[in-house]
Amino acid sequence: MKRRALGAAFPYTIPIFAGFCFLGMTYGIYMNVSGFSFIYPMLMSMTIFAGSMEFVTVNMLLGVFNPLQAFLMTIMINARHLFYGISMLDKYKGTGLKKCYLIYGMCDESFSVNYTADIPEDVDKGWFYFFVTLLNQCYWVFGATLGGIFGSLIHFNTEGLDFVMTAMFVVIFMEQWMKEKKHTSAILGLAISLLCLILFGADRFMIPSMLAILCVLTLLQKPLEKGGEPA
Amino acid sequence: MMSITQQIIIIAVVVFGTMVTRFLPFLVFPAGKPTPKYIQYLGKVLPAAVFGLLIIYCLKNVSIFAGNHGILEQISIALVVMLHLWKRQMLLSIAGGTICYMLLIQFVF
Repeated sequence: MKRRALGAAFPYTIPIFAGFCFLGMTYGIYMNVSGFSFIYPMLMSMTIFAGSMEFVTVNMLLGVFNPLQAFLMTIMINARHLFYGISMLDKYKGTGLKKCYLIYGMCDESFSVNYTADIPEDVDKGWFYFFVTLLNQCYWVFGATLGGIFGSLIHFNTEGLDFVMTAMFVVIFMEQWMKEKKHTSAILGLAISLLCLILFGADRFMIPSMLAILCVLTLLQKPLEKGGEPA
Repeated sequence: MMSITQQIIIIAVVVFGTMVTRFLPFLVFPAGKPTPKYIQYLGKVLPAAVFGLLIIYCLKNVSIFAGNHGILEQISIALVVMLHLWKRQMLLSIAGGTICYMLLIQFVF
């Protein structure tokens, strides 16, 4: 049962392997040049397991000791996970003890794959979700540790490889698009985020975007539910 | 420079904050009870919007008014979309778009 689930999960994680090795290594190298031993990226990638947050944490560690500010910034930067959780409430139901780990490891990529994947009938869903999450975390820790150890030695030209994440989200967006009848929410997500990016700038548009998306979707509940937008 | 203890506290606080954002929905809406209608609705419509948000998030540092005007990104995303409409093979679409982007940024622009 586990083997079959692993076999079904692995292909979905290959693009993430490429992206996480690269981004993880970038993160490890960043910590390396900031003066931290590889132990830091290794343990932080394992325990925090939220990419953008780990980059921010490096800055926090180099700054003044302020745990409250660290906590509030973490909540703000990771607020999108609340959305993921709400979307996964039903899917993660009945997965037993694994559920704790599934929630613990719910990064952007694990959420995206687990939410959109077409899991074959004969594959156990709980184990599929579990292996997607576990493989992704392994890739990330692997990349971060490697970057931390060999930080200063890497020379081949990887410029542009980070586009793999953009490409992945475009494909996931399209998969979601093809599954639904109405595209109101998808279009709203793109339009509102773009508007907020223009209004608030790259560093602070995430929170306003999420609030605006939430407000508009709440206002549209009646018309959208009438049309029966499928999951 | 912080002491090791202070560093550990900061990292622990970040881990805790991250876990709050991940576990909160599951704690507030436990599996045994029916999830409120409004939350069920959000669970259905939010992902499509969030995937849109994540695309914009990936592109947030692309400037339309300076440098290459985001032309590399536009070409590569167009290729991803075309490949995906044509074959609908996730890996092919992602690899095709990424290789195109890398070639463009390293050799053309």
